[in-house]
Amino acid sequence: MSTTISAVQPRPGDPAITPELVAEHGLTPFEYEKLLGLLGREPTFTELGIVSALWSEHCSYKHSRPVLKTLPTEAPYVLQGPGENAGVISVGDGWAVAFKIESHNHPSAVEPYQGAATGVGGILRDVFTMGARPIAMLNSLRFGSLDTPRVRWLMAGVVKGIGDYGNCIGVPTVAGDVMFDPAYEGNPLVNAMCVGLMREDELITAKAEGVGNPILVVGARTGRDGIHGASFASEDLSEENEAKRPRVQVGDPFTEKLLLEASLELIRSGHIVAIQDMGAAGLTSSSAEMAERGDVGVVIDVTKVPVREEGMTPYEILLSESQERMLVVARRGHEEQAAAILRKWDLQAEVIGEVIAEPVYRVVEGDRVVAEFPGSRLVTECPQYFPEARESDVIVALRARDPHAVAERDEEADPVWTLTQLLSSPTIANKRWIYRQYDSQVRTSTVVGPGAADAAVVRLRGTNKALALKTDCNSRYVYLDPRMGGRIAVAEAARNVACTGGRPMAITNCLNFGNPKKPDVFFQFREAVFGMGEACRALGTPVTGGNVSLYNENPLGAVFPTPTVGMVGLIENIDHVTRSSFRTAGDSIILLGESTDELGASEYLSRVHNLTIGAVPSVDLDHEKRLVDALLAAIAAGVVHSAHDTSEGGVAVALAECCMGDRDATLGATVDVSEALVSSDRALLWGEAQGRVLVSTADVEGVLGIARAHGIAARTIGLVTAESRLVIRAGARTLDTPLAPLADAYFDAIPALMQRAAMATT
Amino acid sequence: MKFGIVTFPGSNCDVDALHAVTDQLGQTAVSLWHRDHDIQGCDVLILPGGFSYGDALRAGAIARFSPIMQEVIAHAERGAPVIGICNGFQILCESHLLPGALMRNAEMQFICDWVHIRTEGKAPMYLGGYEPSQVLRIPVAHGEGRFAADESTLDALEQNEQVVFRYCNGSGAITDAANCNGAMRNIAGIVNVNRNVLGMMPHPERAVESLLGSTDGLPLFESLLAQVGA
Repeated sequence: MSTTISAVQPRPGDPAITPELVAEHGLTPFEYEKLLGLLGREPTFTELGIVSALWSEHCSYKHSRPVLKTLPTEAPYVLQGPGENAGVISVGDGWAVAFKIESHNHPSAVEPYQGAATGVGGILRDVFTMGARPIAMLNSLRFGSLDTPRVRWLMAGVVKGIGDYGNCIGVPTVAGDVMFDPAYEGNPLVNAMCVGLMREDELITAKAEGVGNPILVVGARTGRDGIHGASFASEDLSEENEAKRPRVQVGDPFTEKLLLEASLELIRSGHIVAIQDMGAAGLTSSSAEMAERGDVGVVIDVTKVPVREEGMTPYEILLSESQERMLVVARRGHEEQAAAILRKWDLQAEVIGEVIAEPVYRVVEGDRVVAEFPGSRLVTECPQYFPEARESDVIVALRARDPHAVAERDEEADPVWTLTQLLSSPTIANKRWIYRQYDSQVRTSTVVGPGAADAAVVRLRGTNKALALKTDCNSRYVYLDPRMGGRIAVAEAARNVACTGGRPMAITNCLNFGNPKKPDVFFQFREAVFGMGEACRALGTPVTGGNVSLYNENPLGAVFPTPTVGMVGLIENIDHVTRSSFRTAGDSIILLGESTDELGASEYLSRVHNLTIGAVPSVDLDHEKRLVDALLAAIAAGVVHSAHDTSEGGVAVALAECCMGDRDATLGATVDVSEALVSSDRALLWGEAQGRVLVSTADVEGVLGIARAHGIAARTIGLVTAESRLVIRAGARTLDTPLAPLADAYFDAIPALMQRAAMATT
Repeated sequence: MKFGIVTFPGSNCDVDALHAVTDQLGQTAVSLWHRDHDIQGCDVLILPGGFSYGDALRAGAIARFSPIMQEVIAHAERGAPVIGICNGFQILCESHLLPGALMRNAEMQFICDWVHIRTEGKAPMYLGGYEPSQVLRIPVAHGEGRFAADESTLDALEQNEQVVFRYCNGSGAITDAANCNGAMRNIAGIVNVNRNVLGMMPHPERAVESLLGSTDGLPLFESLLAQVGA
């Protein structure tokens, strides 16, 4: 590669750099001034494109970074914290787990199938570029009401997109969470999480090193798809976004499967020093970030990049987000060995540049320099903002409303009606329609798949251990009280993981919010992150990485603030795996934790009264930590037959779920949930007081003793029965029903709604 | 006994099959690369599940042209065991080692679920370890698994006792409701005329450990060991 470089010059035909063009690239006048200062001259069109991508919210975290820095990131077992393609923790015996969650909200809103599919593809690459073999996928989805045809179309497309991609590549989709609320009507959220396994000594990072080492682009050819995807993801959605469909990339899981196998073989071969996904902002972002991490310079010749079509400009090649491409730094002299591995997998590799000592980021087109920036400052000197944060008066008022003042509907005289309403609420109803489209078993390590426990369980082959995996976020809580909601998202994920027998280890987070330039949105963001941080510190689960997705709003408003938690737990002994449904008639049912009069922010208020009001249930993080410890101790002692936390819909829904592990389940329950200190029967049944878990056991004293030792209130509330009937006494009220109609409501709700979709669209 | 498991580009149940025969059955197994011609002296060949060549054109349509398939066909013609699971079944049909075709599921969605199938027909090499009409609980995971053939082919398969698995309910009844993908005559698996080539949509390699929910697939492999000799 030529080392005698002339000065940067515009290409013939480049548009003139005008204030309008700068604005179109999403740079504020302030940011443009900063760029001029950095360069000491006017940028070329190519440079403007590069900076527009790198300084987009999606790539730069310019509004979120200072807040994110407050999150705890360390534990003795954390091998790689935030800042890499994925976080990595040690799980003992020389094994390590890489994991990360990422959003693909904007693309999915305009093209649900490809948007979701490429979201899965991107997060897979983030994990296998760390050297880990992906072993599980999860996804966290938010949609508007399924009563709307467009929402049904969105969900059908997103689910099929996730399924087709994950199924084809052969990574099981094992768990997730789905919530429906009109707040997501125009902006669905699609967050995908990938978990990978590797030997600790196989960890590789995306750090360009070694002057003279060649830089290769590997995989698919570069096309014109997805140009400016990163910038697209950094603005509000509007009707014009239909016209932005070309900014959505197209996924090819078959190529990705080849890329996965080839990358893992390359990493283990020792012929390469670094590898990175070409994700958002494509070649620009991957090469600039690699150089910055390695504290070196790079030179890239765009004419060497294999392209799909003639006449692509450097601007287009640099900003394309064509999928299934990787950037690799090989060891000098090992190019041919690396290429041979790629050829075995029918993949193309081209040397497009090299690592240089001079601290510059330089792009050439043959002999012409089309972009050149001083060193890593392009990445590190991105402007940062500390926006104003102020809570919305509207939300303060909603929170202040007293849920107990809401009059009951006449139908509620029979609590069975209310329970049926809740069980058929799509947020609570069984999600089989969704997860049946995902191969949850490939790799034959899924011990507990979707729907069978509070978290998925994936064994670590060759050990006696397993991982417990879950995503969680009750965004209604975050909306009404972001600090408390942020805490609860983490606490609930931990509770779920512990219910399966897993010790919560670490989280990855996906922070989905509206426009951060609005003070009320930034308030939500800041408070939710602070809340998450508090819970992570209390529960000992550091944040090892994640993703921020802002601007999830449209002219009608922002989504519920949704800081999704993806938690990884470790089950030390596979014999400890615990499911959520009742196992044996005659077992006692114990409620760990205490019920309260809290009814605010509940699914009950939303489903039955169409209200999002009231104080969010308060969470005691010290209690949550002791609850996790008590659960794990009881499970390890072998006294727990089933464990299920109470969440949306309260104790009544949780009990019904314990009876309905599958459609043919026949075990019922008879319980009395009354508590002396709770005056509201509605709160007893449907309230969502935190820190509670239902445990079934044949050894009551065993469970109670362990709970006492951990300072956790616990009492026997009833029995598992052989009759398929649910009987709940709550104060003055009795709910008494056969299970069959409950099962109809719970299992048929989503299929019935989606059936309408099928009829409407075919 | 030595098993050879073929890896096509896009195969993704190859490792699962390998683990099933080595970890659970204690047999030797090697991975066979699609571009090779050497089957390394294997006694049994397995075409695993997955999405060979990304299901381009039709599932299995391109894999049949892989070099290794010439050897698979020769192996089958020698009367030696060949098992095609899921995508492997599709490849066997495309290669004309088995009759019929696998079409899109009736409900047009990918289905991953536990189903029941019932043994029948005559295929001692694979069914020797099962009771007649035994009901198995076994996973399926496919988008194109609806077995289809013309009426005369279906009649011939049945008269010849080549249908070896049918979708059924938990008590063994062959019903429409139990027919997860809408397969003609509820057919889940068949053998060739010589009864040495087996194709099935359900995944026996996923049903070999109680930890994962079922061991009903084990007798299939154990039958092979007993009939062909360990």
